[in-house]
Amino acid sequence: MKKHTISILVENHFGAFDRVATMFSGKGFNIRSISIGETEIEEISRMTIVTEGDDKIVDQIVKQLNRLIDTIKVVDLTGTPHIERELALIKVNVPKGSMEEIKNINDIFRGNIVDITGRSMTLEITGPPDKIDAAINLLSAFGIKEIARSGIVALKRGEQIKIKKEKDLTTEKGK
Amino acid sequence: MKNNPNYMSGAEIFFECLKRENVEYIFGYPGGAVLKLYEHLYDVDFLKHILVRHEQGAVHAAEGYAKASGKVGVVLVTSGPGATNTVTGIADAYMDSVPIVVFTGQVSSHLIGNDAFQEADIVGITRPITKHNFLVRDVKELASTIKKAFYIASSGRPGPVVVDLPKDVIASKCVFQYPEDVEVRGYKPTYKGNSNQIKKAAEVISKAKRPLLYVGGGVIMSGSSEELKIFARENKLPVTMTLQGLGAFPGTDPLSLGMLGMHGTYWANRAVDNCDVLVSLGARFDDRVTGKVETFCTKAFKIHVDIDPTAIDKNVIVDLPIVGDVKHVLAELAAEMNTPPDTTEWLAQIEEWKNECPLVYEDNDGRLRSEFVIEKIFEKTNGDAVVVTDVGQHQMWTAQYYRYNHPRSNITSGGLGTMGFGLPASIGAAFAVKDRPVVCISGDGGFQMNIQELVTAVYNKLPIKIFILNNSFLGMVRQWQELFHQEKYSFTDLSVSNPDFVKVAEAFGIESYSTSHPKEVDNLLDKAFAVNDRPFLVEFKVVKEDMVFPMIPSGASISDMMVKRLNPKRMI
Repeated sequence: MKKHTISILVENHFGAFDRVATMFSGKGFNIRSISIGETEIEEISRMTIVTEGDDKIVDQIVKQLNRLIDTIKVVDLTGTPHIERELALIKVNVPKGSMEEIKNINDIFRGNIVDITGRSMTLEITGPPDKIDAAINLLSAFGIKEIARSGIVALKRGEQIKIKKEKDLTTEKGK
Repeated sequence: MKNNPNYMSGAEIFFECLKRENVEYIFGYPGGAVLKLYEHLYDVDFLKHILVRHEQGAVHAAEGYAKASGKVGVVLVTSGPGATNTVTGIADAYMDSVPIVVFTGQVSSHLIGNDAFQEADIVGITRPITKHNFLVRDVKELASTIKKAFYIASSGRPGPVVVDLPKDVIASKCVFQYPEDVEVRGYKPTYKGNSNQIKKAAEVISKAKRPLLYVGGGVIMSGSSEELKIFARENKLPVTMTLQGLGAFPGTDPLSLGMLGMHGTYWANRAVDNCDVLVSLGARFDDRVTGKVETFCTKAFKIHVDIDPTAIDKNVIVDLPIVGDVKHVLAELAAEMNTPPDTTEWLAQIEEWKNECPLVYEDNDGRLRSEFVIEKIFEKTNGDAVVVTDVGQHQMWTAQYYRYNHPRSNITSGGLGTMGFGLPASIGAAFAVKDRPVVCISGDGGFQMNIQELVTAVYNKLPIKIFILNNSFLGMVRQWQELFHQEKYSFTDLSVSNPDFVKVAEAFGIESYSTSHPKEVDNLLDKAFAVNDRPFLVEFKVVKEDMVFPMIPSGASISDMMVKRLNPKRMI
């Protein structure tokens, strides 16, 4: 079972996200993480899904995603040069005398301290998912209270995939 | 703007759109949320609205119409229960790739999500069983949405599309503009196959010793039966068909091996098992065809032509995939074939299998059997009728014994296996087909699932020949109970509870007869086929304990095939 990061451009339509999620659950495919957000084009959103499966399953996942009418472009980034980033908010206990140590760890991971109380600190750490795993691993020695992870966002390195804008597509020539 | 003659209400726009899509029939049922549409429908003369008696019937009728005509079937129902009643039909159309557009009423936009009266989230409910669906949120989007709906339903691999119409959208007004072209950015079906792949396929087929064409519903949908006929005959290639593929190639042609798979013929399945090149045309290697995937057709080089890329390598990994419309691909493939393969020996071998284990049934004990009735129906119609079936044993027997000679003549629920499909689907087919008889073969179980549609057939004077093969059992379930569930006939015996079908038909105003004697079959069929201005019903009381053979049990291999138990020596 290999992890695959799939990048999907979808129409920013009502229910488009649900179509993708419904396809995954209906066909019994796994979703490890999912993120969705706006892109440079107003009517298009980008979804990044981390899934897992053997080659046959991932082949089906990509084909089934392509088959959805609202998906415009589906790319399996795994195996091609690409950048993956994730953001995590980690609320960690601050036992007496360990403030400096936690700050050091935060510096090493080039994180930000975004909230602090007498007994806890919240760190914001971004990077590839394994970097975040490493940070969580180190911080767990102090006791982690809560974690929120954004899910992975990813982009292919190098050239850009050109997508036509909606208004350039439809030519309504009267009736 | 208001002086613009094209300034119209959503309801007017709706019918203007249907006019431009050349819709002849709407199968529907009125209700609160679509009253405005029905108000306009009252004065519409360019199409005919067919009032069904249950919304499920409307969808199956639209499917029957679409399958028989090749056009898009159209359904109009109200919100809430009207919409949810269409769900089974939509799922059926999705599984069998039938082009239909289902318009559902919806509560007013401001009430959506409020648990309003007769509200159901039909777009959410039907998302996994439609090719695509829409909620129209603004009257300005109505025309372009309808255009897209028809385009998506009928192009590529066809399928059902749902368009949900809130009450206020239908009532509000805008300037009507029907787009001439439609382009959906995320939807570009591939029609032309890859030429190099096609060339390779031609080479492989030319060199084959034991080639076999495995043909599915895609050949019928793409309208390539003629191309297939020429290709198979010129190259002397035997043809086996899936349930949906029956009719794609003439069943009476010597090259036809009939159906393959679970209840396929012995010789078709032996051919699949022993061929060296398998050419799949518009079929999807579903589990009723393959049985155990690991042992399915292991000796062959597999070529798979399909318009839907997801069908490729989904169930069976193939050697040479060609994504494209069968019609285009077959034309190109035929042109690339330089030398036809020598199949003389192979065809002789298949003939041998055919003689070794033909389709047989007991016919000398004086009792009436379904196979006999279906064979008689075939004889009376020369394989030229449109034969619609329900689901179960009679469906499999029809697939075996009715040798369809024309495409768009076999109308049956394959993928979903929807009992209750037959009667309403035959109503839809009868609207599409006027020059050939339309026959509805049903079982006593399935017939009762949409029995209310008898009214629709009577009211519209449709000359459907309704033949009920009544074995007083849910026969196919009973067969599995006998074979695999310790003969525990749990809730499949209908003999005590079945109604008197003749009396039921009479109550609906249908001339009807019943018999349990083989000798009366001829006469009753002649009577039925002589009537051409109204439905006609015959109940055939057949043997209870008959089973459909051959049978490859679910998930088993061809070597596990059970054949008819007439003569124990015939068991393989």
